[in-house]
Amino acid sequence: MIDIIYRIGHFVLITVFSMALGLLFMGIARKIVARIQKRYGPPVYQPYLDVLKLFGKDAITHGFIFDFGAIMALGGVIATLFFIPLGSWQLYSMEGTVILVIYLLAIASLGMAMGTVGSGNPQASVGISRALMQMLGYELPYLVILFALIYRYQTSSVWGLMQAQAGSFLNWNLFAYPLMAAVAFVVLIGMMGKKPFDSMIAPSEIGSGPVVESGGKYLGMLLLQKSITIIIELALYVNLFLGGAENILIFTFKMLIVWVLATMFGSLFPRFRIEDGIKFFWKWPLGIAILQAIYIIT
Amino acid sequence: MNNNFVKGSWQEILDWAQNKSINMLHYCTGCGAIELPPTMTSRYDMSRFGIGPAATPRQADLLLVTGYLSTKTLRRLIYTYEQMQAPKFVVGFGSCTINGGMYWDSYNTIKQLDKYLPVEMYIAGCMPRPEAILDGLLKLKKMIADGEADGYQRYQDNLEYYHQNQEAVLGEVQRTQ
Repeated sequence: MIDIIYRIGHFVLITVFSMALGLLFMGIARKIVARIQKRYGPPVYQPYLDVLKLFGKDAITHGFIFDFGAIMALGGVIATLFFIPLGSWQLYSMEGTVILVIYLLAIASLGMAMGTVGSGNPQASVGISRALMQMLGYELPYLVILFALIYRYQTSSVWGLMQAQAGSFLNWNLFAYPLMAAVAFVVLIGMMGKKPFDSMIAPSEIGSGPVVESGGKYLGMLLLQKSITIIIELALYVNLFLGGAENILIFTFKMLIVWVLATMFGSLFPRFRIEDGIKFFWKWPLGIAILQAIYIIT
Repeated sequence: MNNNFVKGSWQEILDWAQNKSINMLHYCTGCGAIELPPTMTSRYDMSRFGIGPAATPRQADLLLVTGYLSTKTLRRLIYTYEQMQAPKFVVGFGSCTINGGMYWDSYNTIKQLDKYLPVEMYIAGCMPRPEAILDGLLKLKKMIADGEADGYQRYQDNLEYYHQNQEAVLGEVQRTQ
């Protein structure tokens, strides 16, 4: 009984922590983008206010599927969170978590897709079809990288891959396999939907894509979902390429560095069309990833 | 009584959050749209006050009506307003929304916006400069924080009046509810 309560408390704590941290990161990103554009920018805590405001607003539903899609998107990312070590803080460790995480992240996207089907808005459909197509684009190079790493260290748990880089910082995959880390960084930008690869949310073109019909509380929920997604993707990158960390503070710091770099890259480029984005992913990141994989295997 | 107190304080917290975070939908058919890019971008940067653009009516809190409204665009404006979620505010922008401005004897434009939608406040001028827009929006923020911006409640309470006025110029209006 005590064990169950302890475990549930852990779930809640890790979820709330990731939400809060993700929202803080979003605020930092808005400030950085503002400074790059020579603006003052909103305060760092702006996303918290946005979420509070959105949960205070009315919301209109478009039927059961719409509600279920939003819940599935949030639930999918929360479930993913439990399999990723944050520093030394993790709930489940077993073989195969890398593959499990890739699967569970897809559930969140499918939840969004379901919500858009429920809303019946054509712009939302265009947005989500682009998001899923882009997933096809970046997951291929990412899987090549992950399988190469799994082959190299003979373990398929995120924790194991993190432990394999322990010792000196020269053991980090960032320095051991820099090409791979660069590819994963590009993939990370694509995963987070940042600027060159943000054709699925394109606000001025398809009215923010998948979330076009979500107002009020639904938008607040999707904002929380987005914040957890950010933490998952950054945590995966830090665990796989920056050697993880022994405590949560250093881990957060490493995530912050990756996030700031990704934001800066993101604010420099214009937007790819969706087909150009996929072509790019299947040409350069995939090619380099395969080269690096061949290097590892032989 | 205790329950009322809790409800009141919660409403105050929500008002405070609302005043710090406003997503603005600018309805740009009039010439006023030209003053908004400098207000939003580096020169006058309205995002430091927590005001940002919204992509769709569902996500917006503030409807900024920039300039004249022909009877054709008024219909779309009403549909847009009815799609927005409840704490929602309308700001009339430029003299066209106040008394018709230079279109005041036109056969095809409306003269007073607040006969058709509940307007919180007007920003006068033809055109108002970005400084005036920012000043107006800051006043709107203060109104929201004080709980004075209750246009959506006025719309609910006087639905008959607004519907009558809308139908007088537009004929039949398609209602969502």
